[in-house]
Amino acid sequence: MELLKVEDIRKAFGSLQVLDGVSFEMEKGETKVIIGPSGTGKSTLLRCINLLTKPDSGKVWLDGVEVTDPKANINHLRSAIGMVFQNFNLVTHLKVLDNVRIGPMRVKRIDKKRATDFALEKLTRVGLADKVNSYPAELSGGQQQRVSIARALAMEPKLILFDEPTSALDPELIGEVLTVMEDLAQSGMSLVVVTHEIGFAHSVADEIIFLEGGKILEQSAPEKMLKEPEQERTRSFLQKIAGLYGHSAEGREE
Amino acid sequence: MNQLTVLANGMPLLLRGLAVTLELGVGFIALGLVLGLLLASGQIYGNRLVRCFCSGFVQIFRGIPAMVLLFIFYFGLAQLNINMSAFVASMIAMGFRSAAYQCEVFRGAMQSIRSGQVLAVQALGMNLLQRIRYVVLPQSLRYCLAPWSNEFAAEIKDASLCYAIGVTEIMRQGRYIITATFGNAMLIYVTVALIFLGVTFIGLWLLRRWELSLQVPGL
Repeated sequence: MELLKVEDIRKAFGSLQVLDGVSFEMEKGETKVIIGPSGTGKSTLLRCINLLTKPDSGKVWLDGVEVTDPKANINHLRSAIGMVFQNFNLVTHLKVLDNVRIGPMRVKRIDKKRATDFALEKLTRVGLADKVNSYPAELSGGQQQRVSIARALAMEPKLILFDEPTSALDPELIGEVLTVMEDLAQSGMSLVVVTHEIGFAHSVADEIIFLEGGKILEQSAPEKMLKEPEQERTRSFLQKIAGLYGHSAEGREE
Repeated sequence: MNQLTVLANGMPLLLRGLAVTLELGVGFIALGLVLGLLLASGQIYGNRLVRCFCSGFVQIFRGIPAMVLLFIFYFGLAQLNINMSAFVASMIAMGFRSAAYQCEVFRGAMQSIRSGQVLAVQALGMNLLQRIRYVVLPQSLRYCLAPWSNEFAAEIKDASLCYAIGVTEIMRQGRYIITATFGNAMLIYVTVALIFLGVTFIGLWLLRRWELSLQVPGL
């Protein structure tokens, strides 16, 4: 059975139809990368998966449980879906350690000692074990984003959603975040990533979804999408962002 | 009787009055704090009905002079056979009024919390009460400590208004001394003024220290 199934999601903000019938599914351990021009509904699609935004119609299943069911315990379901935001969104008055353990402690009701051990393990994994007592504002953007990944991991999610995780970072800090994400993908975590990092998509994605105007225009394996896109529109978009971000379709420059 | 003797004899009375004044002031602030937080939460997170009720409450209690409120709650309600001591009537009238003012302080601070943080803990699976408790309140209370200290000073001082409905607070004790000694108005009122100055000075200094100790490094 598929881990995530999204079926015919539609969402309008006023007269603007942001999502116009989006469907896709993914297996456990897969990485899906969603690309597309800005304002095309990528973030909204992610938020419809954990219902931070309520779709007008359509259904979402996680591991066979319907997330969009009005009777579902949405907070419980959300706790199984990690989310990493463009602007990190760490809780500013809490130290790094508290940011990571607050979810296990308050949502999953794990006792403090175990939650702490757990948080330390995840922080070590993202390379920030020495920053546990810092406050978010004392960290670089790349470090903050790695903390937010550790925060998501600490909930032991079935799936992690990444909403342009590197877009707010200085160029030299992007690599450290992408490295952590690659490590996650390789360890079998399931990821849905909205990004313009074509190099990352090329080397990590199992499938790339090209979203435009609230619809999936094209979806295929990275090799095919990046080298022989079926749609002329996909080709021109890829050329544009390759020029902008300085990456070729052959892979990210290290 | 020289002024020093008057002061020495009167001081125990004034201090007894001060104790009542502080009870009133701290009571207004405490009642206002709890109600004010509820009103602010209601205005931000409540449905239409709750929002209307909360805004109405705030409008009414901010729009009526303290003295008029005191008279309505003490003399007015007594006429409807709702009898309570002047102390209790003061507590309700001034506590509700403080709630209205504190509500506005809290509402402004709560609405200034960056929504991204709240969204992030919502994505972790926190329900509304948890989001308020663990993110919105700790941060907004930090932001509003400075404006809130105004409210602290105002409530302590406004406790002296309860003199008007017969509460034996510091002003009334002062009045008793003046009557009993046939004079000394300047001496007694200046002493009362100095006592208020001292209390608000110490209180505001403690609040300021508290505010500094809560500052988040790097922010």
